Amino acid sequence: MTSTRSRAPRPLAGGLLAGSGAAAATIGLLLAAAVLVPVLNLAVAADSPVHMPTWVVSLVGKYLTFALLALSVDLIWGFCGILSLGHGAFFALGGYAIGMHLMREIGGRGVYGNPLLPDFMVFLNWSELPWYWHGFDSFPFALLMVVLVPGLLAFVFGWFAFRSRVTGVYFSIISQALTFALMLAFFRNDMGFGGNNGLTDFKDVLGFDLQDDRTRAALFALTAVVLAAAYFCCRLIILSRLGKVLVAVRDAESRVRFLGYRVEYYKLFVFVFSAMLAGIAGALYVPQVGIINPSEFAPANSIEIVIWVAIGGRGTLHGAILGAILVNYLKTWFTGAIPELWLFALGGLFIAVTLLLPTGIVGLAEHLRRRRPPATGDETPHLARETAP
Amino acid sequence: MSTAAVHARPEKHDTILYLDGVSVSFDGFKALNRLSLYIVAGELRAIIGPNGAGKTTMMDVVTGKTRPDAGEVFFNGGIDLTRLDEARIANLGIGRKFQKPTVFDNHTVLDNLELAIAGDRGVFASLFFRLSGEQRDRIDAVLHTISLTADSGRLAGSLSHGQKQWLEIGMLLIQDPVLLLIDEPAAGMTDAETEATAVLLKEIVKDHSVVVVEHDMAFVRSLGCPVTVLHEGHVLASGTLDAVQANQQVIEVYLGR
Repeated sequence: MTSTRSRAPRPLAGGLLAGSGAAAATIGLLLAAAVLVPVLNLAVAADSPVHMPTWVVSLVGKYLTFALLALSVDLIWGFCGILSLGHGAFFALGGYAIGMHLMREIGGRGVYGNPLLPDFMVFLNWSELPWYWHGFDSFPFALLMVVLVPGLLAFVFGWFAFRSRVTGVYFSIISQALTFALMLAFFRNDMGFGGNNGLTDFKDVLGFDLQDDRTRAALFALTAVVLAAAYFCCRLIILSRLGKVLVAVRDAESRVRFLGYRVEYYKLFVFVFSAMLAGIAGALYVPQVGIINPSEFAPANSIEIVIWVAIGGRGTLHGAILGAILVNYLKTWFTGAIPELWLFALGGLFIAVTLLLPTGIVGLAEHLRRRRPPATGDETPHLARETAP
Repeated sequence: MSTAAVHARPEKHDTILYLDGVSVSFDGFKALNRLSLYIVAGELRAIIGPNGAGKTTMMDVVTGKTRPDAGEVFFNGGIDLTRLDEARIANLGIGRKFQKPTVFDNHTVLDNLELAIAGDRGVFASLFFRLSGEQRDRIDAVLHTISLTADSGRLAGSLSHGQKQWLEIGMLLIQDPVLLLIDEPAAGMTDAETEATAVLLKEIVKDHSVVVVEHDMAFVRSLGCPVTVLHEGHVLASGTLDAVQANQQVIEVYLGR
């Protein structure tokens, strides 16, 4: 045995080659935004050129909730090969959980002035609160439900799917069916979630007026901090042996089984964790946009998340955040300037990235950086260059 | 080992691997047809046979990938393998090397071995896993055995074909199984690599039971171990390589072609 231990540098899985530099930058930028944006909004005079209007704060806050959602999808798709086309469902469930609390907080200030029942229930001539609305008047209970409901659904769904070894496109299709079924269910008035209109007209959260600039700035800061924390947790997972097992499952699932790992438990763990992140993203989204309705369950929404991740750079984590912010910024711009072209632009962008930039924007940036010293050949296989979809 | 010893049906509790009357069919095609095979502890056995003889299906049955339609499969004397799944069987101590070298391309050589190293396979155990000094030493020892010490930081995907084969054998070793099933270790190797692989296997068999499926007769000869010939899902002949090569039936179905 060799006594001198020459540990070769250990490159991390593929796209994480950028490693701690990109991670530190991501977390640093998010925390800086958490401080700077509220300052630019609240402390800078409204006529100053660097003043940030409140609508921009909430818009960027919304982008960050989408970034968290994209992060949750990248964790399972980029690192474990689980392509969920139903992740919007977990986002929406988290949103509904917090939305139910915000509805209860309205109390007697609704249009009908009923202290117990939300407006839509009064409108439907309901006489009492359905059993599943109980408890949501408590904020901690609602927070618990934000992670518990998506987590539980993901657990049950994943338990059956992964145990039956449903993989690849079959998994994608049934996850799409899941969100579609939930959408149809939530559209029904007698489900007790406001049907078509969903939950809206929120007044305040924990007693703070939701229309107040300070509340909005605080929600933004909270979103940025939560996103940074979630990113940090995802990285911890990816850098642990668990993360290495996930990548191994993605690349050669049966080989992992023959090594003695219970692949279904690993998938279940990461799927449930990812669903919880998506739920948290939904819970941060709803108070900032002021509404949650069944259209959040629309299958197209879930597909769009995957596009954000692909454009940013799958299997990199920070690429997902970048992709979500960038695509949603483009969407805002397009739907303002030339709304009828947005879907074509999105589709075109997706096709272009798939064909020309299979590793997304982050992969391109890395490629350019690595090309600078011309001697090093590109012999290391990139994370995105894999055998199975 | 003599021909007689291979032919004899040992008591179940004396065997490390005991297959008796195992049949598997896929859509009417009998991949295994009342196959009986007995491996005793510490044995090195080569399995040969033409394509479609059932060699890989036999390994699938032993490792839990395929359930047999009939027959008994026991490990270590009394453990019924037909009731267990792949992960359980792997944890019992049966390691498998695939025909096509299957390593984790996006992980380094070191990480491949770290994933394979014996230990708790639980999700949370993996989340908090740290290599102990002892485990690092074991990895170093295996790296040395498979001649990949200098390449430990390289991504497995960038290794040559022969190196991948060795890495996979190394992953088997560090799993520390009782029984190794090795599917065509010499496939696609250069002569020098093949020779080195034979030496490696003979080293391994000092403290493991090994079943090797192989096509390359020169390689089988260099192993110098008893040979079992499979044909159409059952055992056609067993014995030394010279004996089975002289067997008229074997010549007809396989070697003579």
